Amino acid sequence: MTGVDVDLPVGGAAAPAPRRDAAVAAAATTVPPTDATALRDGGRRPRTRASRVFAWIALTLLGVIFVYPFVWLVSASFKPRTEVFDNKLIPDTFTLDNYVTVWQQAPLGLWLMNTVIVTVLAAVTVTFSSAMVAWGFAYFRFRGRGALFALVLATMMLPGAVTMIPTFLIWNGLGQVGTLTPLWAGNLFGSAFYIFLLRQFFLGLPRDLFEAARIDGASQFGVFWRIALPLCKPALAVVLVFEVQAVWTDLMRALIYLRDSATFTVPRGLKSLVDAFGFGGEWHWEIIVTASVITTIPMIIVFFIAQRQIIDGVASSGLKG
Amino acid sequence: MTIAPARPGGRVQEHSAAPGERERGRRRARRRNVLSALLFLSPWMIGFVVFTAWPMIYSGYLSLTDYDVINDPNFVGFQNYVEMGSDPKILLALGNTVFFTLLQVPLYVIVSLTLALLLDRAGRASGFFRTVFFLPKMTPPVAVGVLFLLLFNGQNGLLNTVLGWFGINGPAWTTDPAWVKPGLILMSLWTVGASIIILLAALRNVPTELYESAKLDGAGFWRTSFSITLPMISPALFFVIIVNTIAALQTFDEAYTAFFGAGNTTYSNDAALFYSIYLFQQAFEFLNMGYASAMAWGLFVVIMIVTAIQLIVSRRFVYYEGDR
Repeated sequence: MTGVDVDLPVGGAAAPAPRRDAAVAAAATTVPPTDATALRDGGRRPRTRASRVFAWIALTLLGVIFVYPFVWLVSASFKPRTEVFDNKLIPDTFTLDNYVTVWQQAPLGLWLMNTVIVTVLAAVTVTFSSAMVAWGFAYFRFRGRGALFALVLATMMLPGAVTMIPTFLIWNGLGQVGTLTPLWAGNLFGSAFYIFLLRQFFLGLPRDLFEAARIDGASQFGVFWRIALPLCKPALAVVLVFEVQAVWTDLMRALIYLRDSATFTVPRGLKSLVDAFGFGGEWHWEIIVTASVITTIPMIIVFFIAQRQIIDGVASSGLKG
Repeated sequence: MTIAPARPGGRVQEHSAAPGERERGRRRARRRNVLSALLFLSPWMIGFVVFTAWPMIYSGYLSLTDYDVINDPNFVGFQNYVEMGSDPKILLALGNTVFFTLLQVPLYVIVSLTLALLLDRAGRASGFFRTVFFLPKMTPPVAVGVLFLLLFNGQNGLLNTVLGWFGINGPAWTTDPAWVKPGLILMSLWTVGASIIILLAALRNVPTELYESAKLDGAGFWRTSFSITLPMISPALFFVIIVNTIAALQTFDEAYTAFFGAGNTTYSNDAALFYSIYLFQQAFEFLNMGYASAMAWGLFVVIMIVTAIQLIVSRRFVYYEGDR
């Protein structure tokens, strides 16, 4: 790898006059780079063709490594137990039995439904409440604002383990252990990371717009709800998708709060299948594999629908501030 | 949806008439402004008191007690903390966690940086590849745990089969205590997607002119990398390191799925006993809530120290452009 890299300079002296893709070069001189545009027009910087081809080859090889586990998993879910480990991409014996068995052995429909309920409630409430708080920090000027916001940021550092037990005791005291409520209701109060993200976004909007709306007689809430929020849609989408991902895959809270199989979410259910069909004795790999596929597919669908938002969101969230 | 009005004080138009009245009117407007601000901030403020501040205080108190949820907490002073010092399982769990973190974070950063550099050079294809590398991040950790058991299976798992093609006799990743953590680390490298995207965005924001003038000055690849690329992306790199260190210290899902749970007797789970897993067991399997609270504070202190060290070290290496 070293040798190749030296031959393909980023902008080094080795190549006397790097051949440039005309369009890319033009883009490089006319478009000032910002986070989002820079990400979209792949290859703003002039590169040698050899460098690009090398990158393509390397990325293709690595890409196969990254995608193969998915393909393997899906393919294994169509194999009978004895062939799960045969590492063939196309099953010798193609069977749908595993899906039928999983469906009979576990209330997957119910688990999926529970997960959807929790995920939707959690994502909608956290997005709305975080936006409200973020707006409070971005729009209003009052004494102590800086200190209060610093407190919000400080809570991001606190490991979940510290608040985990008292929070459990609160829900226990309210008689909510065993129900789905503790898995989403905490989101009514916003989340520090999203407040931070949305505040950054609100601060980037033109303030005059809001002042004008106020003068035209809009209420404080009206400015937030009818003007600021619609302008903030891309950022809201990011928060929504992040939270969907986090809640859909959340195992620990489900382990703590859910007792009865009828209330399980999908990750908790999958874990119970691993316990029952794995640790319980002989491993029934085909069932575990198939359930994993069913657990993963909804997330993959969400990903393909919201790809751009997710990727731009990750890119911008980590860099500013 | 119609507007749900949240208007403290109603809609009173501010047409202050007499000049003497103006000062009072302005003060009233400011007070109303603060009130509105408080209303917008109220969800977080309530949440902070109920789900952060009070739990922190109560957790601190619980850490000084014996508490099993059924009986009232019994004050024992610093006994839990003293016990932690002589609990061999704590030392084991802490050792496992530190080992995992020390190995995983550097590898994670190297892999994501390499992929980001490649994507930066890939031209138009980079969009497609970004999707490919981000995809595993969307796989639920429980499913990743299952994949680990399958792909890393010692006898017939895919990884050892591939290693076999190169004449390498792969170890029993999932059962040999020496190889469980390296296996989990390898598996975790599969989910570097988010870090790649962050680093790629940083790379794309390095001004092209810097590379051009470096070229004019006759700088080669290594010189350019160490004098321009790395310093310019160091804030993003630092962010990735901190966030992943904190996450690695709290590893739970994949290891718990693969090695712990009802009826597990076949696996050598000592090798996969991470701090968060032991804490979870103490709290919710053995119902030692007091001891678990003390453990949680221990974790908090470890995270604080590690982050502080990283912040101090970073002052020498992280380059912030201007005042940004």
